Amino acid sequence: MLIDWNHFTPWSALAGGALIGVASAIFVLFNGRIAGITGIVGGLFKPKRRDIGWRLAFIAGLMAAPLAWLLFAPLPAIEIDANSTLLAAAGLIVGIGTRYASGCTSGHGVCGISRLSPRSIIATLAFIATGVLTVYAARHVLGA
Amino acid sequence: MKNHISNTAALAFSLLSGLIFGIGLILAGMANPAKVLAFLDVSGWWDPSLGLVMAGAIGIGLIAFTIAKKRQLSYLGFSIQLPANRTIDQRLVIGSMAFGIGWGLVGICPAPAFVLLGAGNGKGLIFVVAMIIGMGIYELLEHYRKPAGK
Repeated sequence: MLIDWNHFTPWSALAGGALIGVASAIFVLFNGRIAGITGIVGGLFKPKRRDIGWRLAFIAGLMAAPLAWLLFAPLPAIEIDANSTLLAAAGLIVGIGTRYASGCTSGHGVCGISRLSPRSIIATLAFIATGVLTVYAARHVLGA
Repeated sequence: MKNHISNTAALAFSLLSGLIFGIGLILAGMANPAKVLAFLDVSGWWDPSLGLVMAGAIGIGLIAFTIAKKRQLSYLGFSIQLPANRTIDQRLVIGSMAFGIGWGLVGICPAPAFVLLGAGNGKGLIFVVAMIIGMGIYELLEHYRKPAGK
């Protein structure tokens, strides 16, 4: 294992992570809900009348983040090498997989592990494992 | 007792929470798919940053959920709804494994996808549309799996 020290950003990673933690803390302690994006978006497919507003508000907040950021600083680089076909395929798999798993990086990886939920710990290990294997296969076996 | 989040304060806190979450993702580097892939590429030049993102988030999260578990109602008076499901089944494991494959293909997971969309990134838009279609496919499969309707 070779660590890429040039791209390692420990302080912004920790601070950004802490902000994600603060956001999840606000959401559970004020709204009483898990800040899991899969669950928040998935709940819109069977909307309960008084349930739609806060779901859309959370998504709107996520989407407004880059705009708020731009008020103070230019956005960091967004580098996506994947073409449209691969993006569409990956999006489909992520959509189906996260709903079967009842959560993704936020719901299981952050909130679930913070709750010390065995389900979420297993889920997080599973998606990190296949994520690592997929990148390994794409970059070092297929050489894409 | 209020079981539904509906009032203005709840909407405001939901918006605020999403906003802080998104700013955290940008600061952390998670809104850059190349950096996410560099974290998953453990056999190449590994960038361990995202491990620290998880550590920072869980560090705060542990405190928040310790408080939340002891409470019935949130500070706004809503019931605190924590998942009760404790079964580790195929749906959880295979679903997570599938999610990891999609994540590893492009370096985008659901929350950063919406940040990319908000930044006006066209590739982010393609991913979000496909992801929502994927979630729709899940709903259809579930619907036909349980025709009686649960």
